[in-house]
Amino acid sequence: MRIEEIQNEIVEEFALFDDWMQRYEYMIELGKSLPLIEEQYKTEDNIIKGCQSKVWVHAELEEDKLVFTADSDAIITKGIIAILIRAFSNQKPMDIIEANTDFIDKIGLKDHLSPTRANGLVSMIKQLKLYAIAYQTQLN
Amino acid sequence: MITTKLDIDTIRKDFPILHRKVNGYPLVYLDNAATSQTPKQVIDSIVDYYSRYNANIHRGVHTLSQEATDAYENARIKVQKHINAAEPCEIIFTSGTTESINLVANGFKSFLEKGDEILVSAMEHHSNIVPWQMLCEQTGAILKVIPMDQEGDLLMEEYIKLLSNSTKLVVCNHVSNALGTINPIEQIIGLAHEVGAAVLIDGAQAAPHIKIDVQKLNVDFYTISAHKICGPTGVGVLYGKEEWLTKLPPYQGGGEMIAEVTFEKTTYADLPHKFEAGTPNICGGIAFGAALDYMNSLGYEAIASYEKELLEYATKELTSIKGLKIYGTSEHKTSVISFNVEGIHPYDIGTILDKLGIEVRTGHHCAQPVMDYFKVPGTVRASFSFYNTKNEVDILVEGIKKAIQMLS
Repeated sequence: MRIEEIQNEIVEEFALFDDWMQRYEYMIELGKSLPLIEEQYKTEDNIIKGCQSKVWVHAELEEDKLVFTADSDAIITKGIIAILIRAFSNQKPMDIIEANTDFIDKIGLKDHLSPTRANGLVSMIKQLKLYAIAYQTQLN
Repeated sequence: MITTKLDIDTIRKDFPILHRKVNGYPLVYLDNAATSQTPKQVIDSIVDYYSRYNANIHRGVHTLSQEATDAYENARIKVQKHINAAEPCEIIFTSGTTESINLVANGFKSFLEKGDEILVSAMEHHSNIVPWQMLCEQTGAILKVIPMDQEGDLLMEEYIKLLSNSTKLVVCNHVSNALGTINPIEQIIGLAHEVGAAVLIDGAQAAPHIKIDVQKLNVDFYTISAHKICGPTGVGVLYGKEEWLTKLPPYQGGGEMIAEVTFEKTTYADLPHKFEAGTPNICGGIAFGAALDYMNSLGYEAIASYEKELLEYATKELTSIKGLKIYGTSEHKTSVISFNVEGIHPYDIGTILDKLGIEVRTGHHCAQPVMDYFKVPGTVRASFSFYNTKNEVDILVEGIKKAIQMLS
């Protein structure tokens, strides 16, 4: 599936819930399906700055697609990174670079998008895109 | 003296913000150690200043400037009386505790030599660690740490052992922002003076809860932030004994702080203006005065007695939650409770509580060494003020239970 299709799918899933509590519970649930980063990659270098909790992200190129794995010591943060990775993993670096992230707003996480929020959602998106840029350069 | 009981319902009417909703729930504001809310009496003083007599102070010959100058200098006298300083000139208006500490640290550059020692407590806010580290880097002085125990009490025997003729300065908070511990500063000051060391006490967390008497404490420097005592942000005070402030070189150069300027030489103004370069936060100073009037109209004894009741109730109720651990269990505490729930990240709890309209702080509270000591990434901190209620404690407890249910 293309990034946009996956994002639409996520938006539809979240639309089933009436209130924030159900949305958060679903997000926590999604966190449990996050493709976990291998312990060896849980290094200081792989920690995303700007989060109150720790978030590690690792990226690897499999053929022409970028595959992300991650983890966090906070459950909600784990849910957020799981949503992002579901949308961006297994995609071509150029598609990741060009993808927009409006779907975050649509699933009711808009308040998490402010750059001053301590959860670092903005930093996470930036880090995923930076990986994509780095690997795109490699592909060129 | 009979302590009058506070009428909390009436008091809450003074605070417009307490009546708003957050995420659809009535606001439960429990982040008072970060900043306190502002009563309408203080808000009115700000509106009044900008509506009636906004003008630059000192030097002006016109009426508005005179009125603003009088109000600002009157605020200085209010602070002086509030902390029982001997002279108004011992009250330096700053932007807050952080600037107050930096002002002293900067001034001590000329007093320290290589090998001199500064003692700092293990439970300091970063703002009372970093300026001293910078000072040590610049002078070759050595920073030594007064350790604490698991309850969050300073180890006084260790402190006594650290004191020597090399000790030039002892810096310590009156109340810990991360743990709520009220430190035995009278004893700390007395012991430091025995070896000839000066003492700076960071009073940011004490001023909202404890009536301070700088002369009785015999403290050399004491710092306060207005925004933690129902005042506005961006203004605070450095109290310094006149003899110390006279010795200390100016902090920043500029207008207001000079007596005479030529390109060959500048002479400095007398205290307190020597340390108040540039146009100060005039409105902030005046509003700070209004905040002190408000606090004193309630009375510190009544505030302390009610907050003690709240602290005891909240401690009892929170302790009843399975897996909840409180950090900072000193017998001498202000109404601050730092805690974690086993297996749950403080950030997760804080996020869910916010969704329920309950505002707490999560993280390291700018006191990373304290977090390192307890081997936690951070804590959830609920800090109570005199306008909080037992009902709000109950809402917090229910909120935590809800968060545990969602996050486990």
